[in-house]
Amino acid sequence: MKLSILVNEGPYQHQAADSAIQFTKAALEKEHEIFRVFFYNDGVNNGTRFGVPPQDDRNITEQWTALAKAHDLDLVVCIAAAQRRGILDENEAKRQGKDGDNIADGFRISGLGQLIEAGIQSDRTVIFGD
Amino acid sequence: MAEPEPWEDDEPEGPVRKFMYVNRRAPYGTIYALESLEVVLIAAAFEQDVTLVFMDDGVYQIKKEQNTDAIGVKNFSPTYRALEGYDVEKLYVEKESLESRGLTTDDLIVPVQVLDSNQVSELMEEQEVILSF
Amino acid sequence: MAMLHTVNKSPFERRTLDSALRHAVKGSGILLIEDGVYAAFDGTQVSEKVKAALADHKIYVLGPDVNARGMTEKNVIDGLEVVDYGGFVDLVTEYDKVQAWL
Repeated sequence: MKLSILVNEGPYQHQAADSAIQFTKAALEKEHEIFRVFFYNDGVNNGTRFGVPPQDDRNITEQWTALAKAHDLDLVVCIAAAQRRGILDENEAKRQGKDGDNIADGFRISGLGQLIEAGIQSDRTVIFGD
Repeated sequence: MAEPEPWEDDEPEGPVRKFMYVNRRAPYGTIYALESLEVVLIAAAFEQDVTLVFMDDGVYQIKKEQNTDAIGVKNFSPTYRALEGYDVEKLYVEKESLESRGLTTDDLIVPVQVLDSNQVSELMEEQEVILSF
Repeated sequence: MAMLHTVNKSPFERRTLDSALRHAVKGSGILLIEDGVYAAFDGTQVSEKVKAALADHKIYVLGPDVNARGMTEKNVIDGLEVVDYGGFVDLVTEYDKVQAWL
């Protein structure tokens, strides 16, 4: 089946991101297709490469990056939510006149339309939030 | 039959699915009400079959006379009135959620259809994609 | 068309379990995940409500979240099915759609 996942919370603050990762891994193991993982609300904070969590626990952003690389996943961070919360790629940083960008590998910033498209194209849309 | 002119071919391409936005949170205490509304507005361009349900504390999102001056936050409630212009017209409110909060439809900023919770359940069953924030 | 309802908050913290149960039609599935698993344990103030819901719904609980919180299958109300993440994925595909009660 084609599955899409919506993540509405940032890493660590809520379990949503962890649950989403575990669900995504399990779905891939069962050879389902992950159409898209869309990050909205504070979920965009999953996409910063500047997180330095304690070494003895998981690094959520790196887990997403690794999954994206291994399985060619489409990890999309909503541009509107990202602008609010300060998650930028190089283009956005230039456009907004900011002195740096922070998007992590494997993530891309795009519009809310990508969420709707995911809902239209997927067999199931699963939401992880607070 | 003549080929349609390019400007006549404006039917939405692709499938039309039944999307429901479930609004259960009060405004301002968290961002979910605002950002959910932003999804609905952007999503309107996709011409899907959209239904909005306001239930539990979500009924507070469309309460009239919100004055946010003193909390220093933008009052986004007028935006609900713009939904009609985006062809988002299926707005429902759950009766029990209104009543338990001492509200009636007179307190609301937009015209809505009131459903009891069984009717809301049935409406949910009809949907294909249910989005909650 | 049967729906899977996910509940991720504790019934003692938030009323999402109640909202989900009020809106789940007969034959729906309810999956308790994250802090929502606290509704799955016997001997609590909500246990009877959950047992009663079994008459109309299949209720599942995510084992990894149970164990994380210091409980085991032994604590889970009889009749609830414990699943792992693979089982979660299977439920998502077996039911026609998923609604998250946040």
